Amino acid sequence: MKPISSDLVLENQGGAESMKIDSRSLSGGFAVAEAMRQTNPDVVACYPITPSTIVVEKFSELVANGEVDTEFVAVESEHSALSACLAATAAGVRSQTVSSSQGLAFMWEVLYAVSGLRLPVVLHCANRALSAPINIHGDHSDTMGARDSGWIQLYAENPQEAYDNALVAVRIAEHPDVLLPVLGSQDGYTVTHSVERVDVLPDEEAKKFVGKYIPEFSLLDTQNPVTFGPLISPEHAFELKLQGIEAMRNAEAIIEKVGEEFTSLTGRSLDPVELYRMEDSELAMVVIGSVAGAARVAVDRLRSDGIKAGLVKIRAYRPFPSLRICEVLAGRKGVAVLDRALSPGAPYSPLYGDICSALYSHGVILPLASFVYGIGGRDTYPAQIVDAFHRLEHESKLGTPIPQTSYLGIT
Amino acid sequence: MKSRKNHIISAGGVIADPGNTADRLTGDWRVKRPVIELDKCTHCMICWIYCPDSAIEVKEGRFIGFDLIHCKGCGICAEECPPNCIDMIEESTFQEITGIIGKEK
Repeated sequence: MKPISSDLVLENQGGAESMKIDSRSLSGGFAVAEAMRQTNPDVVACYPITPSTIVVEKFSELVANGEVDTEFVAVESEHSALSACLAATAAGVRSQTVSSSQGLAFMWEVLYAVSGLRLPVVLHCANRALSAPINIHGDHSDTMGARDSGWIQLYAENPQEAYDNALVAVRIAEHPDVLLPVLGSQDGYTVTHSVERVDVLPDEEAKKFVGKYIPEFSLLDTQNPVTFGPLISPEHAFELKLQGIEAMRNAEAIIEKVGEEFTSLTGRSLDPVELYRMEDSELAMVVIGSVAGAARVAVDRLRSDGIKAGLVKIRAYRPFPSLRICEVLAGRKGVAVLDRALSPGAPYSPLYGDICSALYSHGVILPLASFVYGIGGRDTYPAQIVDAFHRLEHESKLGTPIPQTSYLGIT
Repeated sequence: MKSRKNHIISAGGVIADPGNTADRLTGDWRVKRPVIELDKCTHCMICWIYCPDSAIEVKEGRFIGFDLIHCKGCGICAEECPPNCIDMIEESTFQEITGIIGKEK
């Protein structure tokens, strides 16, 4: 099987090392397609939607060229795409799908069915704003809306993380203590269409890492017939939903465990919470996704001005790493939370709300500031993040939570 | 995890021993109970054909009673009975809640 190639192969550091590092220039979308090629899922059912289309396009090319064994189902809608994955996984095989924005919204009722049936489907998502106004650019409205659907959510900052997440997602989802679907996300365009260096595992290593999917129950196992998705009466339904809570709790440890295994293979950390210059930081900022790049530049600028700033990037948003967040943020003079989604009528946007509840419930009370950025694909610059830190520094001196959400880039 | 009724629930509610409808005691859903006047019954088996819960007890081609452990009280038997010998009576008027009644003496 031929790997996804690129005109711009940066380097290929082969040689005497135990494992060859294959460095390629790939967009986030192609990086996910490459991980899918190596995973070789039994079924992929997709309906292309911008900006996730490049994943579907590339993967269907692999199918057409016979480079994967996957049964590719070109369905007529996203609702059908996820329904096909649900059925395929219940039948006992590994299935994946790809979507964005309206597509994810159209999958909504099936999202709950997949997680409720505990089927380890993997969904690769390219974050995009939800209509209206119709807008094809990136923000987190789509996946943040799905945060209560019982899916594990991983967010990638760059094409490398998109590739890494696409591989670990399979292992996390299928772990017997978890058995939950995983949604791996990357910012539309900012990551999906940006070509960067991506270190790709050798095919054999990747295959060995994802392993084989061995389902506990399978609809195609005619020797041991089972019923999936029966009507569940009130005397059982509550407990059944609580199993999903328990599985999410288990997933926290499994995400770390699978991440460590991946690190020992690649040297790349996949910590659910990534820290940058946090050792002695007084002011911290919590972010998700590609904005971490701009935020790191801002932190460096502030540091060179003598302001002890630090950055916390959340890679695994569901299950929410509450304890880690408390440990990391306790004792700081102020914390700014950056959301890329709006929650009209709610006290705050989702990430800020989660940080608040995690801290308050663990008795960690400190000045917090809420910022919303990048809605509808609006660019966010390091200078804006520096300004946010300055505002946090100023207001945190008052020692109380800062009540109003500020909107970066809105004058 | 176990449910309130002490059933072990598998992940996702998958039923590993299908064909177990008889174990689901749906009789307690019932609001009205079918009661038959056996003297009028012609044993035509129309109730047996129509009953969606297989709750009509039959022996040697003759009606012998209702399976009240599974009868949900839908009243289709009473509606369809040609000699009109089945009445639906408020469940609250009975002492016993389950069991097979109306057996031929």
